[in-house]
Amino acid sequence: MQPLVIAKDLVKIYQAGEVEVKALRGVSFEIDSGQFVSFTGPSGSGKTTLLNLIGSLDVQTSGELIVAGQAVNQLNIRQRANFRGNNIGIIFQDFNLIPVLTVRENIEYPLLMVKPTPAAERHKIVSELMEKVGITEQAEKFPNQISGGQKQRVAIARALSTAPKLVLADEPTANLDKATSTRIIDLMKELKNQLGTSFIFSTHDPRVVSHADVIYVLEDGQLQTPTAENTMGHGGSK
Amino acid sequence: MESARIAFRNLYRQKRRTGLTVSIIAFGVVAVILFSSLAGSFKNMMISQITDSMLGHLQVHRSGYVESLDTMPLNMIMEEKHIDQLKKALAEISEIEGYTLRILLGTLLSNYADTTNIKLSAIEPGNEKLVTPLLPGRITQGKFLEKGQILLPNLVARGLDLGVASEVVVIATNVDGSVNGTSLIVSGIVETAVGPSGKYGYIHIDDARELLRMESLQVSEVAIRLKDAEKLTLVMNKLQTALKGITDDKGKPVFEVHPWKALSPFNNIANMIDLMTIFIQVILVTIVLISIMNVMLMAVYERTKEIGTIAAIGTPPSSIMSLFIFEGLFLGIAGAAVGNITGWVLVQAVKAAEMTISFGQSDNILLAPQISLSTMLATTFIVILVTLLGAIEPAYKASQLDPVEALRN
Repeated sequence: MQPLVIAKDLVKIYQAGEVEVKALRGVSFEIDSGQFVSFTGPSGSGKTTLLNLIGSLDVQTSGELIVAGQAVNQLNIRQRANFRGNNIGIIFQDFNLIPVLTVRENIEYPLLMVKPTPAAERHKIVSELMEKVGITEQAEKFPNQISGGQKQRVAIARALSTAPKLVLADEPTANLDKATSTRIIDLMKELKNQLGTSFIFSTHDPRVVSHADVIYVLEDGQLQTPTAENTMGHGGSK
Repeated sequence: MESARIAFRNLYRQKRRTGLTVSIIAFGVVAVILFSSLAGSFKNMMISQITDSMLGHLQVHRSGYVESLDTMPLNMIMEEKHIDQLKKALAEISEIEGYTLRILLGTLLSNYADTTNIKLSAIEPGNEKLVTPLLPGRITQGKFLEKGQILLPNLVARGLDLGVASEVVVIATNVDGSVNGTSLIVSGIVETAVGPSGKYGYIHIDDARELLRMESLQVSEVAIRLKDAEKLTLVMNKLQTALKGITDDKGKPVFEVHPWKALSPFNNIANMIDLMTIFIQVILVTIVLISIMNVMLMAVYERTKEIGTIAAIGTPPSSIMSLFIFEGLFLGIAGAAVGNITGWVLVQAVKAAEMTISFGQSDNILLAPQISLSTMLATTFIVILVTLLGAIEPAYKASQLDPVEALRN
């Protein structure tokens, strides 16, 4: 069976004014379906860039990247939007909930605008997800009426609403306290086990990294060779 | 449809911004409705003053007469056989309510001590009242005309110190060049319809025929009143067609048909009012366009991260664009609706207040502003169209945002 994500010699170069920034310098890896994968490393190591490439929000400068069987750099803007809508869920560090929509409506949003779903099925999916992430009681509240941990639960539910093959989470616990961070990571792992959805997240929090099946360490745009220091996960690092 | 639903929710929950934008649009619509209705009312009142107290809606003259109207030439008037042909043509047109025959003549008027020149319109009193029903209302002293009497313009009456029942002598040169005079009794004093420009008085048509020694029926003009003034062009076309075949010995058309617009300088003012109304509408369009573009651009800037989020989770650019276009559309619809309702209420309030204005010699002209459904619909259509145009650029900008850049915002 083909891996869910195949990256070969991925290079991403940004032009910041007149300066050329090499965010990724030849990264190669494979991720299988159903894995709980962490990319860790210091700030500026290229974690977010890598997640943006996997999530088809951006395209590589060179190298090959195949996600869910699709070379995403061959897609145009509209096709990439469709690709994300059908295959990828995204969880943001700042939660990025739509402020004018309630919790229920935020989760429902992708089923209306991204992957239109009949009302009855949509309501069923949203109710089940709210129950799974434990925010049923907050259903009619607006984002500014709930806590950070609850917001991230809403974001997780929203990311899962279209039943994606892969969920990407960029520093999902960065704005949460320790206890909440642990609960959020436990929740993501539980959902991975229940739904079979792959999770890839970036973090530089060692407590969060320790929950991953597979850990990749990025430094200065390159994947590091596994060492005793970065081999912290249950499944070990790659 | 989902884009519309979410756009509506966005507007509903951003009450202050939505309210402000709707108010700006509504203000523009109210301005247009109020101005159009008041200006339209003024225009209609003045047109009706002119047509209903002086000109009638249409006039028929002998060809070339109007060009020489200042001299009121008696050698260019309609002969009896022409009048019979004209009457026959008029009888065929059902839209005509009535008509009256007039002889226009320049005369000298004397009170036996002083003499002045005066232009007289010799009329058929009964028909004249039908064609110009506001004429009796212009009589400030005395009563309407009978045979042997004269209605004097107030300027002449004042100048010659004449009043009701005074005796005057009217002297005129007839078509042969001989001079004749007749004494008449002042039946009333009449004020001019618009402005103190005229020294127009009225005498009975039979007195004029005697004064001018006319043996057969001859008239300078025939004034016509329509059942519906809106059908002016239609009736004019019908009449022109009917009269086209009537020619003189040289094969030239005998008659010329003129609408009131061609006979009154007020038509230029009416055109200016129409132009000003269009100008106000252009201002409205500009206000709406700028405010919508401004609000939508601000919305795009304020919500860059939100746009980045919805783009990142897979919302197609077309859906993002439609989201903002629907927001603009709803703002336009709401603004037009609020503006139309407020404008209509204000028009009714002005109407109920029975505001009057003075224009020229006419006082207490009642302003009766009216706003037609077609004007309201046209304003609504323009506003909605403009809001859509105003929303397109910001909506396109939003749809083209790079999600990665937008999320960094």
